[in-house]
Amino acid sequence: MSDYLDGNAAAGPLSEFFAIDVTSARGRCVHCGRTDALATARLYPNSHGLLLRCPGCTEILLRMVDTGDTVCLDLHGLSFVELRRG
Amino acid sequence: MGQETPTARTLRLRLPGLTGHRAGQHVDVRLTAPDGYTAVRSYSVASALPGDELELTVEELADGEVSPYLVHGVSVGDQLEVRGPVGGWFVWDPADPSPVQLIAGGSGVVPLMAMIRAHAATDPASPGAAAEFRLLYSVQSPDAAYYSAELEELAASALLTVTHIYTREAPAGSPVPPRRLDAATLSAAVLPVAANPAFFICGATVFVETVADWLVQAGYPAARIKTERYGGMGTTP
Repeated sequence: MSDYLDGNAAAGPLSEFFAIDVTSARGRCVHCGRTDALATARLYPNSHGLLLRCPGCTEILLRMVDTGDTVCLDLHGLSFVELRRG
Repeated sequence: MGQETPTARTLRLRLPGLTGHRAGQHVDVRLTAPDGYTAVRSYSVASALPGDELELTVEELADGEVSPYLVHGVSVGDQLEVRGPVGGWFVWDPADPSPVQLIAGGSGVVPLMAMIRAHAATDPASPGAAAEFRLLYSVQSPDAAYYSAELEELAASALLTVTHIYTREAPAGSPVPPRRLDAATLSAAVLPVAANPAFFICGATVFVETVADWLVQAGYPAARIKTERYGGMGTTP
């Protein structure tokens, strides 16, 4: 659990889903309510995708599972994601 | 291509269709072995070029899966699988007039160099063009420091101040022995709280977290501190 990166580094994989850079969007943690840019989350890459964990409570905000043929995004740790226009 | 240090090389890539990028962004480089095994790593862009070219500076990691190939294996004309540039958060915005304090640990200087280069190349009409920039660069030795000649040249401008902290070996004749960065040295080197600087810190996880904590304890608002820990993006099957 100690070897993690910043959510910034998830920008590439998440660009498969989102046309905009979602790491600079603010998301609210469904567990503790902390609201901050997804770039500030803790990124745990693994052999089949990645996890973003809340920097406040360390619960999972976002999970991406890549099987090669499919890529699945689980966002249930975020109660909302807020984008700033322009 | 150019050798920055004995273990780090700068590669220039041409990405068809690219029209510039934001300072601080990174690209993901994917290598695929003949058996289908792939490894993806993120590398910060070092350059601030307007067209379809960009430069990466890659530090070779002894047990790395991707960096040894990029440092020793790639030749001019080779193709690489690249995604990006991506990332919209750890970026310097030329429209922001705030003074900027950059803090680098080792090869973490790469995205900060992109910001310094973008700042130097900014249209004088942009609000950020006149912003004061400071770089605090913690590095093992003079030989391990990236971009030394260019930084020295740019620091001749009134808008950039560069402070090196040498952790293992100081330059010959230096009055200051090698030392680790500490809270007091940090406070003395960075822009004051009253200037309300925007901080960009990049380096290994421990470096980044320690420096960010010291800054918050010294009274800088956490919301003004952006960090990037460097490392790999893992592997995919």
